[in-house]
Order: sequence, then C-alpha cells, then structure tokens
Amino acid sequence: MTELVVGTKKGLYLLEGEPGSGFEVRTRAFAGQPVEFATRDPRTGRLFAAVISPFYGPKIFFTDGDGDAEWTQADGVALPEGGDQALERIWVIALGEAEATLYAGGDPGVLFESRDGGASWELNAGLWDQPSRPHWQPGGGGLCLHSICTWPGDPDRLAVAVSAAGMWLTEDGGRSWRRGNAGINPRYLPEEALKDENAGRCVHHVERAPKQPERMFMQFHGGVFRSDDAGESWIDIGGGGLPSDFGFPLMVDPADPDSAYVIPLVADMDRVTPDGRVRVYETRDGGSSWAARGDGLPAEHAYLTVLRQAFSRAGSGEQLELYFGATSGDVFGSGDAGASWSTAATRLPPVYSVVAV
Amino acid sequence: MAVVCVRGPLRKLAGGGAEHQLEGSTVLELLCALELRHPDMRGWIVDERSRIRRHINVFVNGERGEEATAVRSGDRVEVIPAITGG
Repeated sequence: MTELVVGTKKGLYLLEGEPGSGFEVRTRAFAGQPVEFATRDPRTGRLFAAVISPFYGPKIFFTDGDGDAEWTQADGVALPEGGDQALERIWVIALGEAEATLYAGGDPGVLFESRDGGASWELNAGLWDQPSRPHWQPGGGGLCLHSICTWPGDPDRLAVAVSAAGMWLTEDGGRSWRRGNAGINPRYLPEEALKDENAGRCVHHVERAPKQPERMFMQFHGGVFRSDDAGESWIDIGGGGLPSDFGFPLMVDPADPDSAYVIPLVADMDRVTPDGRVRVYETRDGGSSWAARGDGLPAEHAYLTVLRQAFSRAGSGEQLELYFGATSGDVFGSGDAGASWSTAATRLPPVYSVVAV
Repeated sequence: MAVVCVRGPLRKLAGGGAEHQLEGSTVLELLCALELRHPDMRGWIVDERSRIRRHINVFVNGERGEEATAVRSGDRVEVIPAITGG
C-alpha cells in the first residue's frame, strides 16, 4: 500500500492505494485553503502541511495523527522581526540526514531548519545573510527556495536551489554557502549578462542521485542539466529526444545514478504538455538520450500543467513507483518505473505537490 | 481601553473570545497587545515588518484604519479578513 500526500489549491488530501491502480481519498484537511506542500516524515510518521493562507500568511502545521486529527502550528517559521521583508510562501519541506532534522524552503529565498522533528524551526542565517541577497532576482513564482538536496550520510553537505538566484552549496551544515552555477548559461540572458553572477538563474527543480551523490540533475527554465561534481558545474543534457527542455518537475531512480525523469511542457509562454499528450521522459544514460514513457497517460487533447513539487517516487529499481499531479486535478501513477501508467485520482483541486510515502 | 473584535480562526486563536479589551494608542499597539496576550496569534494579523497583512482589513469605529491609526479609550476595532471574489 502506498500513501500519497497531496497538497492542492483547496486543501490537503491523503490518498492510498496499490501501485498501478486507482487510489482512494482517505482524508482531506485544511478544506478550502491552499496547501503549497505537504509531506510525511517516515521516521516519525508525522505529517506536515505548508498552508499558504492569503489572509494570514504562510504557516507550517504538523500532526502526529492522521490528517483529520488536530494540527499544531510549528514555531519559528518567520523572518526576523523589524526588517523590511516578510515570509511570503513555504515551497518545500525536506527530510534532513541528521536525526529529527528537517528543512523547509520558502520565499524570499530562505531556508529553515528544524532539529526537533519539525515542531520548531530556525532561519538559516548563513543563507539569509548572503551579501549578494539584495541583488537576487525573483522568478515568476517569487524568490522561491524550492529544492533541498541532502547528501546521504553527511548532514553537513547540502545543496539548495532558488529561483532565480540559482544553486547554493554548503559543506559546513549551512554556516557558509557558495554558488554552484558554472555552465548554466540561460538563453534568456544576453551574452554580456552571463558574467553577472546575480543575473537570474531560474532553476526549476533539482534532485541528487542518492547512490552517487556527486551526481545531480536539474530542470531549468529552458534546459535540463546534469552535474557530476556535486553541483559545482553543470552540463546541458536537454537534447537527445526531449520535445522541449522547459518544464518544472524532475525525479530520479535512487537505484540508478544515470536515471532521471522529466515532464516537459511546451515552453515558458505555453506551459502545457506538448502536442496535447501527457508524457514522462526517462533517461537511463545520464541524459545522453531520452525516451517517452506515456503508456496509459492521456494521449490526445490533454493540455496539462505539472508543477515543480507535484512529482514524487517510492521504492527504486524495477519497483520504482512514480506519481505526478497536474493543475487539472488529476494524479497519475506508475508501479513499474514509468513503463505503464494509470490514473490514481481525478477531479481533485489543482495539484500543487505530491509526495509518495 | 479599546475593544478589538476578531472572528473566524482568529477568534479560536484568541482563546475563543470575540471581543478583547486592550490598552494601546494605535491600531498596531492594540494588535501587538492582542498577540502578547494570545501568543498563538503571532504573525496571523501583523507580519514580520509590523504591517497588517494585505488581505486583512481593520476598521476603527466603522472607518478603515491602518497601523498608525490613533485609537482612544472606548473605541471599537474590528479585524476582518477581506471578502474577495468575482
């Protein structure tokens, strides 16, 4: 049995089912409220929801029961008081390598850390105090820190991505940070701006290959990239069979560091699945070639938008399960590493995030 | 003392009470006093910049108010999430 924790424009949904079949909605929480991201910590069973109320601001809530149990607001999810910025959004919550550690990323390009299982959080001062921060440029969705890549077995090594302030790397647990954008030369920047490290690097999503942590994959705003040196530098792997190198989500098979999955959209000016067909593209050779994996997915008149947090996995290798949700309210799943797909749920509110547990 | 009135989820955070007698000479001082009395409300009405959140409206004796609006003893301050839609 797999659980899908689904954040939507109108609440949190907990779905459960078997890979390759339809899923049942077990619980709905935060009815009517935008849940930008939701996840469960399998170490503790604790559920988290990043609720982005347009009235009351972004909050993280957690519960140790099921989704319909009492939720508690986490402490410390705020910027320093008395400044000229407010926390706008929480984009992602990620499990840390150290016991009871979690991370949360948000807008304006901020990282929070919890060392008590998510009950209380603290702003990462190293990233907050970056001298270049006043020059960081927001992407279309704001200055969002959306990707947090831990290093298996080493809590001190972390990579985060901020749209559009690019990649940031730390090897001392977040006390100091440096950029990791070599090789990312956006087509939307004029030649002379490429030397400006503050010119926008609009990273859309980043994943690390757990078995070979130096290897990372990135879906960029026009480009798919791979790094073989832990995010220091990147090479373009967006050719080789992709219908478009624009998109948001990206996933990897933890058993295979040469694997990555993307869900291309037409382009930044037309953010829907190309040719009215929903297809996931897979590489098993580090991005040299890509193959469509669409068996069972809508094949005509399907113009879906899949957001950056709405793609998840469970298991690995031949048992790799993949799940993604669209703003159409559909959730699709594969129980055989993308070879075949089925509709896991439909007619949900617009899907913001999917996490398979 | 002025009266601050809250409703909806704010009322729950304020211990269930809809009306709160508080000391303060401006709207912001009153809202900070309310947060101090009910710490669970912190950040719900006023953000980190000490600004009233964009989609929350405050009325002082029926007139639209803002952070610096002066408040006198006996005034009634209503905190109302914006009604939006189309």
